[in-house]
Amino acid sequence: MTNLLAARSQMAISLGFHILFSVVGIAMPLLMVIAEDRWIRRGDEASRALARTWAHGTAILFAVGAVSGTVLSFELGLLWPTFMAFAGPIFGMPFSLEGFAFFVEAIFLGIYLYGWDRLAPRAHWAAGVLVALSGVLSGVFVVIANGWMNTPTGFRMVDGRAVDVDPYLAMRNPAAFSEILHMTIAAYLSVGFAVAAIHAWRLLAEPDNLFHRRALGIAFGMAAVSALLQPISGDVSARQVAEHQPVKLAAMEGQFHTERGAPLRIGGWPDEETGTTCCALEIPYGLSLLAFHDPRAEVRGLDMVPRTDWPPVRIVHVAFQVMVGCGSVLSGVAALGLFLAWRRRGLPDQRWFLRLLVACGPLGFIALEAGWTVTEVGRQPWIVHGVLRTADAVTPMPGLVVPLVTFSAVYVLLSFVVIATLRRQVFLSPHIPAPTAPRPGEA
Amino acid sequence: MPLEYWLAGALMASLTLYALGAGADFGGGVWDLLSSGPRERAQRDLIAHAIGPIWEANHVWLILVVVLMFVCFPVAWAGLSTALHVPLTLMLLGIVLRGSAFTFRAYDDASDAVQRRRGRVFAIASVITPLMLGICAGAVAAGRVRMEGGQVIGGFVRPWLAAFPIAVGLLAVALFAFLAAVYLTLEAGDDEALREDFRRRALASGIAVGVVAFLSLVLARKGAPLVWEGLVGRHWSLPLHAATALAAMGALGGLARRRFEFARTCAALQVTFVLWGWGVSQFPYLVPPSLTFTDAAAPPAVLGAVLEALAAGTVILAPSLWLLYRVFKGRRAET
Repeated sequence: MTNLLAARSQMAISLGFHILFSVVGIAMPLLMVIAEDRWIRRGDEASRALARTWAHGTAILFAVGAVSGTVLSFELGLLWPTFMAFAGPIFGMPFSLEGFAFFVEAIFLGIYLYGWDRLAPRAHWAAGVLVALSGVLSGVFVVIANGWMNTPTGFRMVDGRAVDVDPYLAMRNPAAFSEILHMTIAAYLSVGFAVAAIHAWRLLAEPDNLFHRRALGIAFGMAAVSALLQPISGDVSARQVAEHQPVKLAAMEGQFHTERGAPLRIGGWPDEETGTTCCALEIPYGLSLLAFHDPRAEVRGLDMVPRTDWPPVRIVHVAFQVMVGCGSVLSGVAALGLFLAWRRRGLPDQRWFLRLLVACGPLGFIALEAGWTVTEVGRQPWIVHGVLRTADAVTPMPGLVVPLVTFSAVYVLLSFVVIATLRRQVFLSPHIPAPTAPRPGEA
Repeated sequence: MPLEYWLAGALMASLTLYALGAGADFGGGVWDLLSSGPRERAQRDLIAHAIGPIWEANHVWLILVVVLMFVCFPVAWAGLSTALHVPLTLMLLGIVLRGSAFTFRAYDDASDAVQRRRGRVFAIASVITPLMLGICAGAVAAGRVRMEGGQVIGGFVRPWLAAFPIAVGLLAVALFAFLAAVYLTLEAGDDEALREDFRRRALASGIAVGVVAFLSLVLARKGAPLVWEGLVGRHWSLPLHAATALAAMGALGGLARRRFEFARTCAALQVTFVLWGWGVSQFPYLVPPSLTFTDAAAPPAVLGAVLEALAAGTVILAPSLWLLYRVFKGRRAET
């Protein structure tokens, strides 16, 4: 294994691991404060128990997110010192703002978790709201920095050096807005479906437990709204990528040759050698229509740049199919669930639907990982798109396989411990029997 | 004053607050490892109780230090993360294991054997992390991280594997343990026996700090000539040493006479003086002898923007931190 591959793998594993916990830090606090608000307004004990249980889960996952995020902030320099020496000043501004957002998040999470008996209910709830808001802001700032790596702005290159650096302009890079939108919704979507799946699973065993009924109602509500909004933000993202990163778009779609009225390929297996994508279901004019809202629009293919500037096409294309596939299924399930809820005027707790929700539990996280694969692998071979190559940014430090193996092992171990710990939390959840005939509109 | 000096100050301030907060949290882990006697369990519980609500907030100071480094002094950060790759990576492992083991132990109802194992991981990682942090600081202070034309020369081991950096690593562990023990005398509240446990520990570690500090100073003469010169030869050297010594004696005296709040103030001042003593002795160098703060500084537009962000952030941060400590560490909270 080359040093470059080891460094890229370590970065990928660190990001892939951290991302799961960071979305929890964004979305769980919202669930938590919705439940607590319900308790304060209606005196509903099941909601209070729920807020406390969710807060426990948040505490565990947030801690792992905080430490794995620290690893990433160091790894930027440890693995890519040349990149950081060049890019640090230009795209670092959102990181310094993120530092403060993270401060607020950590401080008020501490107050929330340990302050149940020390603060008045509304003050305690307000601390939770601040956690939820600063969690979103932290994510927003980090994603802005990633947007800059994809569409760098705010400087000029003169003789291989950056001049006229404007950190505020760098923050307003073209990819920032669409990435923020897509990622923030993805956080609520993936966490919402995962939490809904856990409580649906418990409801299958204890159908009358009010605790899990409340939980499912809140989590599925958040998941469903996000799942219906996500296709819109996906469209915004696709058009942004089409305009600013045509090579990435071509790889996502397996579009090797420039053409007018390009088809949308569903599935398929791109072959870089022959320059074709076989076995895809092609929808005529679909890609031109989606990317440019014009069926006759020209979509540039990978042939617009030399092959040395291609990302690994197969990975990007397949990851994109996985993301869209999972997202589509979840949007469908969301619409179905909302329809069932409307028909019943209550919780859609048909056993078959609960089973469907359990099956959908991991799909949001799979879509999330696949989406980040598209963004990051699709940017290759550049670490800063069009400016600095990943291969030129890697550290001269030899033997990077050692930290790669070590961190991978630690993260695998942590994953097992987290799962075991959360499992115990779920089984510790209280049994609060529902009244025999639930009123309409309840839960 | 040039912008980069303001940022150097912000960097030192963040590092100081990290040491005073997170440093003591790591020190708590050291005492978890060394807990003993009839109140072993009570000592551990007190430590966990003291750290629980605040360790994540304290930890963020380190993130701020890293961000300030790579945004404002990018060349220096690239050099440090290359030359000190090994100790920094070990420190990261320590951070990951400490934080997650602590949280799992606090929030999980696993079997006793599992919880003990987690406690062990938490405690050992609490020793490794400050040790590595100190080694990195020592390597920088010793002038062992050499750079030429933005590139690191001198390999990946030589910069940090030497007597002086290791002595500074031990000094960091001792200082943090001392700080934690002093804080814990106050956390113990009305539990006289528990308070005495930590008073004895504070006194012992306070003496250990003195011994290791003296050892580091002796080693500095050959191992870190720049720091040595700074610590003995400048016009401010004597007042600095006098202030540090006064704070140290105040802390020990306060402990001896059971004036715990006074001891806490003195211990915090002592740690602050040690850090700033290091800072001013190598000023204006960031990575001596290769880079000054000015050499390594990002363009002024960036430094200005970061200072604006720091000012705005402080307006939000200060009252939030005040609230956190008021809720959990104020007098009302001790009931």
